[in-house]
Amino acid sequence: MSDGGVKRMYLVVESGQAEQPFRWSAGTYGSRFLTAIRDDGTFTGIKCPKCGHVYVPLRRVCGPCFTEMTELVPVSNEGTLVTFSVVSFGFVDPSTGKHRAVPYGYAVIKLDGADSYLIHFIDETDPAKMKAGDRVRAVFEDEGERTGSMLDIKHFELV
Amino acid sequence: MVGVGMTVQRSSRRDVTGVELINEAVRAALSDAAMTRKDIDAVVIGNMDHFEGINYVDTWSVDGSGALGKPVMKMTTGGTTGTTVAMGAYYHVASGMFDRVLAIGWEKNSESDTTGAIITAFDPFWDRPTFGGAVAGLALEATQYMAETGASEEDAAYVAVRDRKNALNNPYAHLRMELTIQAIMETPYLAWPVKLGDMCPRTDGACALVFASEDVADDFPNPPAWVRGLADRHLWAYTSDPYVNQKVKGGTWFPAMEMATRELYDRVGITDPLEQFDVAELYLPYSFAGLRYMESLGFCERGGGPELVRSGATDMGGKCPVNPSGGVLSSNAIGATGLLRVAEAALQMQGRAGDRQVQGASLALATGFGGCYWSDEIVLGSEMPDVGRG
Repeated sequence: MSDGGVKRMYLVVESGQAEQPFRWSAGTYGSRFLTAIRDDGTFTGIKCPKCGHVYVPLRRVCGPCFTEMTELVPVSNEGTLVTFSVVSFGFVDPSTGKHRAVPYGYAVIKLDGADSYLIHFIDETDPAKMKAGDRVRAVFEDEGERTGSMLDIKHFELV
Repeated sequence: MVGVGMTVQRSSRRDVTGVELINEAVRAALSDAAMTRKDIDAVVIGNMDHFEGINYVDTWSVDGSGALGKPVMKMTTGGTTGTTVAMGAYYHVASGMFDRVLAIGWEKNSESDTTGAIITAFDPFWDRPTFGGAVAGLALEATQYMAETGASEEDAAYVAVRDRKNALNNPYAHLRMELTIQAIMETPYLAWPVKLGDMCPRTDGACALVFASEDVADDFPNPPAWVRGLADRHLWAYTSDPYVNQKVKGGTWFPAMEMATRELYDRVGITDPLEQFDVAELYLPYSFAGLRYMESLGFCERGGGPELVRSGATDMGGKCPVNPSGGVLSSNAIGATGLLRVAEAALQMQGRAGDRQVQGASLALATGFGGCYWSDEIVLGSEMPDVGRG
């Protein structure tokens, strides 16, 4: 039987375009992180009182120490490239329902002043032009256009 | 383990619902163990909800799973789901509360977009806006591996060629192909440096295993495959965290796998895995994993992955054949995948793996991989362990 024949024989039920929106709490510290980007174009980290590790992404608990963190510290808008990829296959972004624009550079970044890493877009799609250790800096959306989301960071760029 | 059942793994099984697919594997496992549904004391079942949009598989599947009127527990841990289900079933039996427990793993990846569904498994505001699913996530570690060891894309392609060639011996496998390194190299990039030929497929399939206590293990037609030991570690919250821990915890590739490996090998008495294991069924979701994870599993030194695989030591006929079944690179019905690794290792221990049998194999390693670099590991043997605790 041809593939077309199989498709006619066995029906599928489509979920269609129905939306099921969620409303996720960013929490106290996630809110502070996003607010500082939105209002000031700056990065914030959170420091463990026990091991001194500065976390970005922010979180309330240092996993290894299992201590509560409260101390917010400034973190640089510049840092170094840890590793990267250039994503070129097409897929629908479940957050938007639209195709993610490809190709895009995708990178793990160590911001100066942070001990953990941030993951985001990098404005380079030629892998030959990137290597671990390269200096990068954040490029934000224009002031007034920022909405309090991780996409207020437009991307990182090679310095 | 006294009974093994699996469906043929295919890109799409439109002729069955999820419940019916589950039932195919369950019937095969019960038949294999010469049991009926009545003989089962409890059921452990798992998949990843977001691939089918079915959020209560434990209840939804009772007709097909055989769990109707029995204790049933759902376990879902991402890519490791199938190995976690195996561990859960083992814990049920090892607790002494149940003698015969059915473990079921399944997925119908054809029912949704796999990348989109995987993205929804990650943090909604830190990770999702930029994450590109398993392909993009794995590409980050492949880039790092090549930069730090000098390994090549061709080295990785060797793994994809090996596993898919092995699949020719497995009538249940999805992709069964004799390929060349050149053919893999000519496939398009999905996320540099990972190409289409480097990645696992998306598959519809199910697997079921019957775990039995040592008191009743001889009541079945086939010799048991014994759990000799198991360990698991889950370490990270966000997609960028694994790279931090590599630095913080002493520059290792895959701390969760290395922690689990140390505990497991200590418990079972493994000092030289390449020599001591006769066969391994490893959750290698893409080709580079077949280099990098071999190092975290102690089969070779850091950076020694390419030399290890190119020596032929992991080929059929080598010191420790890896993935005689064709592995994840040949079939990936995600919730079934980890359980299939355990099932394939069990068949090897029972001497019932057909054309993919490693002759005389008596000690096997099976692993599960998932999420932000999580690791489940199980050692199976053809002989009952001396001590009660696995």
